Amino acid sequence: MLTRRDLMKRGAAGAALVSTAGLPLRAFAQGDDLTIAYNVNLPSFDPTVGLSAVNPTIQGIYQSVFDQYIAQAPNLDLVPGLLTEWGWNDDRSKIEMSVREGATWHDGSPVTPEDVVWSLERAGNPDTGNPIQFVWGKIGNFSIDGNTIAADVKEFEPTLFKWMGFLTGYVLPKAYYESVGAEGFENAPVGSGPYKVVQFERNAFLRLEAHDGYWGGAPAFKSVVIKFVPDATSRVAEIDSGKSHVVFDIPYEEFDRLKAKPGLKGVTTPVSDIAMIFINDVEPMTDKNVRLAASHAIDKQLLIDRLLNGYGVKIDTLQTPEYDAYDPSISVPYDPDKATELLAASGYSTDNPVSFKIQTTRGFKPKDFEMIQAIVGMWRKVGIEAEIEVYEIAKHFELRAADTLAPAAFYNWGNSIGDPSTSTGFAMFGPSPHSVWDGEDIMGMIGPLWGEPDEEKRIAGYKAVDKHIAEQGAVIPLLQYVQPIVFADSVDVTPHVSGAVQPNLMKPAG
Amino acid sequence: MNILRAIATRIATTLVTLFGVAVIVFVVIRVAPGNPIAMMLPPGASEEDIARLTALYGLDRSIPEQFVIWLGGVLQGDFGTSISLRQNVLTIVLGRLPATLELSLLALGIAIVLGAALAFVATRWRETPAEAGVDVVNGIALSVPDFLWGLALILTLGVAWPIFEISGRVSPTLDLPFVTQFYLVESLLRLRLDITLNLLDHMIMPAVALALPLAAVIAQLLKASLKETIRQDYVMLARTKGFSESRVILHDAMRNALLPTLTLTGVQLTFLIGGTVIIERIFSYEGLGNLAIDAVINRDLPLIQGIVILFAVLFVGINLAIDLLYAILNPRLRHG
Repeated sequence: MLTRRDLMKRGAAGAALVSTAGLPLRAFAQGDDLTIAYNVNLPSFDPTVGLSAVNPTIQGIYQSVFDQYIAQAPNLDLVPGLLTEWGWNDDRSKIEMSVREGATWHDGSPVTPEDVVWSLERAGNPDTGNPIQFVWGKIGNFSIDGNTIAADVKEFEPTLFKWMGFLTGYVLPKAYYESVGAEGFENAPVGSGPYKVVQFERNAFLRLEAHDGYWGGAPAFKSVVIKFVPDATSRVAEIDSGKSHVVFDIPYEEFDRLKAKPGLKGVTTPVSDIAMIFINDVEPMTDKNVRLAASHAIDKQLLIDRLLNGYGVKIDTLQTPEYDAYDPSISVPYDPDKATELLAASGYSTDNPVSFKIQTTRGFKPKDFEMIQAIVGMWRKVGIEAEIEVYEIAKHFELRAADTLAPAAFYNWGNSIGDPSTSTGFAMFGPSPHSVWDGEDIMGMIGPLWGEPDEEKRIAGYKAVDKHIAEQGAVIPLLQYVQPIVFADSVDVTPHVSGAVQPNLMKPAG
Repeated sequence: MNILRAIATRIATTLVTLFGVAVIVFVVIRVAPGNPIAMMLPPGASEEDIARLTALYGLDRSIPEQFVIWLGGVLQGDFGTSISLRQNVLTIVLGRLPATLELSLLALGIAIVLGAALAFVATRWRETPAEAGVDVVNGIALSVPDFLWGLALILTLGVAWPIFEISGRVSPTLDLPFVTQFYLVESLLRLRLDITLNLLDHMIMPAVALALPLAAVIAQLLKASLKETIRQDYVMLARTKGFSESRVILHDAMRNALLPTLTLTGVQLTFLIGGTVIIERIFSYEGLGNLAIDAVINRDLPLIQGIVILFAVLFVGINLAIDLLYAILNPRLRHG
């Protein structure tokens, strides 16, 4: 029979255990284990279909478990992945790819050319729901000879191989997927990447174990826990309390505070994600003077210095310095006097301002609303009166697809393959569901570039488009985002310009 | 007979309520700005791609058509497939429900114990500084919203003095030999106290954050009720028998004073469960609330519908249970 004394003894023991369980982990263990607090939840495990497939933020997790056809180095260069060689024939009517020998799936079976072909055919099939099917469907009629795959080009797509290292460009195991089905694969995913999945608790954590047979060499950390911590304050608390080794995408002021603490280090990297203001060519933005005045009136460096603690890179086109078509000679300088003159030429002044609406998210990107507030203040000084409308990002997508955005709308644009077609191309080509600029001149310039086989000519063409856009004020590029990563000093972290935080790019500090 | 008739009536009205909730939710989330197709459009998607994706998710039909199809499925137990998670909605939602229920019930338990203790102190030492102190504590607990309590707890007991875990429901390194998602209950039944303690280590802070405002409400109401009850003749009689004031309050006054508090606690419990949405997000707790936020961000219409319907079932179920409990505890209703 349980006596009162027994109960009290057990209670005391329990209390002691609770307090032991909660002891601080300030002293980070330098060993085989690594804990990363990730900023998003992982909705699903198939990286080739559905919403998750086009979410750039979670590609780092996918890249830990799966291999892409072609890998991407931390500086965005394409490097051999499961494909060791790739290329077109002379007339761009065929492609040829060599599959790496010796690569294995997490279940130990070999990665074969059949897996690669099955993955490409599945991606190109409109019924599977691959959102990038419009690219994958441009090749077909595959043939295999040893480790070499050949395919016919149905429609030339200059960026085909770049997409092989981008969204949905993942190789999945044919035999395993067909044996377990889509739901079975979700429950127990198998890839050929550096880490294999041990346990997945949705909205909580993902436990990974090193894939010892990985073709790129076994990862430095044998065991990795990825905690899903979408709340920024909680992520700060995770590293501050010593419960995670690595956190990222935290407020810049917290980054500065944390990296100064003993036992912690910090690194910032400009990533392939920019802040911009879409211009919709509706009144009053059909007036070139108004558009250019709106551009020249913004002091981008001031926004970076005052609102982002100096973490950002000023840009004047939709290309960042890492992108293929970056042209440093294109400049739209801060010049409020010029903005005033341009507005005066159209009959506007601070006493008779031009008025329009600007839409923005609030809290979706660092200081997004605050930046727009500051910009509206800068505009007011030259004769632009803008009314701010705050909306959710989902509404932005809907309005943009329907070409009904306000005359000005803040957004961020990611482009981790660094190709101009996936920045200037899709953002500014009228028929694209992502563009709200319908000017025939820009459409006429971009149109021929979609299928341009001469790469130098294509890149030069996009640089010309960017120059024309800057002269027309058809969009307002603001800045390139900088990703802050804080980590324990027992860990070395290599950032990736795509922003994909990957455990296989981390190792114990040497 | 009266109780049976009352139950039948309540169940009938409950079904009407649930139908109403289903209609409202279905329509509202479809007319609200933002649709899932626009969110998943890749760069370069053509009109045909948009049409294909829209048809794939059945969003090319009219809202009444979509509703009839969805309702037909629900009546057969099929709540559809989540757009973002690509799994059966009912399976997902029922899989998460235990985590939220355990957290809510733990918070409720803490709120009741804390609220009752405060009410007892304020009643036992009424019209003294102790009562004034309880009123101040109540005022603070009520005026600070639960999510701020959550952040305050994280910064104090999670960071400054790292006693409790900040995120998650259980440590990722623990192997859970469980067959249900009721981890706390199952760990107790299996006498796996190591897991129980690990779970509590993760649940204490979110549970306390949820419990504090409710504890204040319970304390206020119970205190008022106790003060009224201790003036009743039967309580006076108990005093004349020489029992201590504490014994009189706990043994004689508390039972009757609890009745009005019970009803209010039922109503407040539904608010507490609603509060889990933000609290679970802050603490990265794998319950329905955390899931609901992702569902809304992704405009995952089937999942939002499933979660809201389940919340509605929970809420009306709790209210029904409270009404029945009240009828059982209140002799006038039981025999009337």
